[in-house]
Amino acid sequence: MSPALLEVAGLEAGYDDALIVRGADLVAEREQIIAVVGPNGAGKSTLLKAIYGLIRPRDGSVRFDGEVVTGARPDRLTRRGMNLVPQTENVFPTLSVAENLHVGALVLPREERRSEIERVLELFPLIAERMGQRAGSLSGGQRKLVALARALVARPRLLLLDEPSAGLSPMAIDLVFEKLVEIRSLGIAIVMVEQNARRALGLADVGYVLDTGRNAYSGPGEQLLDDPRVVELYLGGSGTMRTSRG
Amino acid sequence: MSAILECDEVVRVFGAVRVVDGATFAVDEHSVTGLIGPNGAGKSTLFATIAGSLKPNSGRILFSGNRIDRKPAYRVARAGVVRTYQAARVLTRMSVLDNLLLASKGHPGESLRGIALRPRAARAHEQRTRARALDLLSLVGLDSYALAYAGTLSGGQRKLLDLARVLMLEPSLILLDEPMAGVAPVLRVELLEHILAVRRDRGITFLIVEHDLDFVMQAADRVVVMNEGRVLTVGTPAEVRANEQVVDAYLGTAR
Repeated sequence: MSPALLEVAGLEAGYDDALIVRGADLVAEREQIIAVVGPNGAGKSTLLKAIYGLIRPRDGSVRFDGEVVTGARPDRLTRRGMNLVPQTENVFPTLSVAENLHVGALVLPREERRSEIERVLELFPLIAERMGQRAGSLSGGQRKLVALARALVARPRLLLLDEPSAGLSPMAIDLVFEKLVEIRSLGIAIVMVEQNARRALGLADVGYVLDTGRNAYSGPGEQLLDDPRVVELYLGGSGTMRTSRG
Repeated sequence: MSAILECDEVVRVFGAVRVVDGATFAVDEHSVTGLIGPNGAGKSTLFATIAGSLKPNSGRILFSGNRIDRKPAYRVARAGVVRTYQAARVLTRMSVLDNLLLASKGHPGESLRGIALRPRAARAHEQRTRARALDLLSLVGLDSYALAYAGTLSGGQRKLLDLARVLMLEPSLILLDEPMAGVAPVLRVELLEHILAVRRDRGITFLIVEHDLDFVMQAADRVVVMNEGRVLTVGTPAEVRANEQVVDAYLGTAR
């Protein structure tokens, strides 16, 4: 059996004297959507940053495609097929949409860039209409889509997404979650951090619930949604506040 | 019910794009009013023009009957209109608690006279302020971070701190820009309850941009729907939900 696409074991990471991720484990197979959920400050974004080399893990390991890449530089990881879409500050605001996508495609051989951008734009007709517009003049939700497209043009095998649905209108959320399924069917694995937990876990092949930097629970997404311990810790018991459509 | 905020044909242009293109609506005093619309409809830009950080190219904005559209942001804030941001702004090199203490206004201890003439009043005021800040921190689930640098907070936690900051100010009108984005579901319920309590007990008016429809539908008395820089319709949550134009432009299958 080939190794998992991504294997994170006992990862510890933080900033200055604050240890945020305290021994997290995570496995993503090819063509899987993984949802990481948890209370605010549980260490979800930090986990993504540590996997992608934006901050150096203090302990533990990250394996990508069987090879140890713990603490490897983000640009190297991008070339190997891993890419991240941050929660905010995820576009180059002074560049046009077209230029943003071009920057995303720089890791590809020159002759393949244009066709790859066109292929990704077929997924995002909303962006195709705005190629000449400065990314900084787009709304928060539109930037999200540009950032997702920018990550995709690098032809990743693994996408790390930090709150893909935050700030998006209900229709745009539907669109993005549909895209995620399409992206998965292209053979790309997705690890996403989401607060829209019912949607995310409903879609995910595997879910992880993080609490204070550690794995609290994990399992098939649907199963976690029904787990009373997860409801208690994170989802809220009343069920009156189902996020989006629930 | 009288209007606390009136936007009259407000236009704001960026380059060739009319991001806000003649928006007209009113917010009733003591109401919770939701502002919804597709991404790029101009909601955040409209917020910035109301709060005074952007000037409208044309149109009028009235707060309690007075024009505020030509005033700088700090004067709009002093008049009683404060806002939060989609990507929250906090003072990273100050403690979480200090972020809140700085937000509260009218300390007698701020002036030498206050300290010299009424030291006990200054101290008492400071204690009250501190107690209230700690209450608000526990409300948003940040009490255990009170003494941590705000820079160590996660994205979601910073939004919660930003929300606590405006609640600390107790202005007449609070503008919330996507308060629930990035906030854990279990906390959303508590924040909804608190916002409704603040409105009830203190009479503060809320104008809230939010894509979490369940939140908007439960919180809002009235909902303003924007599309392409204009107001598409205004109504109760139920009316808006049933409006075909709104479904087409915004809700899709989510209704």
